[in-house]
Amino acid sequence: MTIKRHADLTAIAIEAQRLDVGYGGRHSAVKVLSGLDLTVAAGSFLSILGPSGCGKSTLLRVVADLLDPLGGTISVLGDTPHAVRSRRDVGFVFQDSTLLPWRSVRDNVRLPLGVGQGSLTRQIEDRSEELLELMGLGGFGERLPHQLSGGQRQRVAIARALLGQPKLLLMDEPFGALDEITRDRLNDELLALWRRSGTTILFVTHSIAEAAYLGERVIVLAANPGRLVKDLDMRPFKQDGNRCSREDPAIVAAMADLRKALELAS
Amino acid sequence: MRQEPLPPALAIALPVLGAASILFTWQFLLPWLGVPAYIVPTPTAILGVFQKSFSLLLGNLWPTLIEALAGFAIGNLAGVLLAVLFVHNRVLQAAYFPIVLFFNTIPILALSPIIMLIFGLGMTPKIVIAAVICFFPTLVNMIRGLDSASSNEHELFRVLSATRWEVFWSLRLPRALPMLFSSLRIASATAVIGAIVGEWIGSDKGLGALIIQASFNYQSDRLYAAIVLSSSLSIVLFCLVVLIERRAIKY
Repeated sequence: MTIKRHADLTAIAIEAQRLDVGYGGRHSAVKVLSGLDLTVAAGSFLSILGPSGCGKSTLLRVVADLLDPLGGTISVLGDTPHAVRSRRDVGFVFQDSTLLPWRSVRDNVRLPLGVGQGSLTRQIEDRSEELLELMGLGGFGERLPHQLSGGQRQRVAIARALLGQPKLLLMDEPFGALDEITRDRLNDELLALWRRSGTTILFVTHSIAEAAYLGERVIVLAANPGRLVKDLDMRPFKQDGNRCSREDPAIVAAMADLRKALELAS
Repeated sequence: MRQEPLPPALAIALPVLGAASILFTWQFLLPWLGVPAYIVPTPTAILGVFQKSFSLLLGNLWPTLIEALAGFAIGNLAGVLLAVLFVHNRVLQAAYFPIVLFFNTIPILALSPIIMLIFGLGMTPKIVIAAVICFFPTLVNMIRGLDSASSNEHELFRVLSATRWEVFWSLRLPRALPMLFSSLRIASATAVIGAIVGEWIGSDKGLGALIIQASFNYQSDRLYAAIVLSSSLSIVLFCLVVLIERRAIKY
């Protein structure tokens, strides 16, 4: 596998200060995020937990330049979200796989080669075969999305997001609709990918267990308006390389801690 | 409770038997009940017209076919193009779409004499009427189809910094195809209706003219033959659309 490590461990991937985000214009806006301060180290794996309406997905959308903040500042990879999006340094994985049903699996993975090349200064290689192999989908290239299971579709979506070798991968409850066994398996695959690539990952989830297992750090947001209520460094509970067992008492204790924060936030 | 599906052989045989039973009843029961032939000629009498007056039928099929096909092509193309314009320019859509909808409420039979006044008596007014009939369903369906991509799909394309053209070509258009084809299927029948209505109002050629002449002259076997032919024309167009649809949409 030739995914390069982007990580510069001293660098900062995301820095938000007093970030306000809302819908409905600057004056009559409903605030979804209010005064959020957040710094994310490059190459880290951040899990974002919170009740519905706390602005978890909204935060990802601001980072991806899909939504403009109402106030405060945000810098992504040392630049504006717009510049980062234009350079295609960011990949996005949605809860529903968002595969185009008329394209084969391979052509879905290759979508980033077909669109948005105009704004690019670097060449993107066609690594679709390699990525399909990596995601355990070798031999599935010619299938259509409806011929795949939910877990396979989500693998295709991840392969598509990785094709452009993004420095930042934003994942919005990507495994939320999957059964538990498939979800656990994909969690492990995602961690293996992350270790190899050094990509910074922001992972939004509803599941405390998933957040704790995946994240080097877990933040909990509260709703109305969305704000940071808990920031937990998971590295003391884990071995090198963000490895842990789901049954490890330390992890279970951390999960209880997160649950308490989440209950207060809801 | 849901019923079990029929075995395949039966699923084909039953409609054939159903049609045969109706034809049989039509052929033997109606004359026996004393229904006069000038009201309902028997199927064999209608078939006889196809043998006797084949060149007459074919000669009248031809103009209707051309008018229906041309109207189908022009009306649907206009509907698709206007839909593309409307979804890319919301100001134009807000200003003109209600007016277009208002025009759609005018019955085609009321509109036809005006079209005749403008375009005269040749093939053109029939093509225009067929086109007008095809235009509205395609316009409305195409607008809905082009707007049917989910917000996640649009966000995916935005994350990839896709241009408007790329969003149109790789997302909006493929998303719109199923809806476009469902209106094309409707249009395949209505285009023939449009051509025939046009021929009713002012023509001496075409299946519409043949229907009017035959009914004025009490040639009901010829009238029925013209009806069978026009419905066959719609069916052939419909099947053609379905065939193209199956090649275009594989998912």
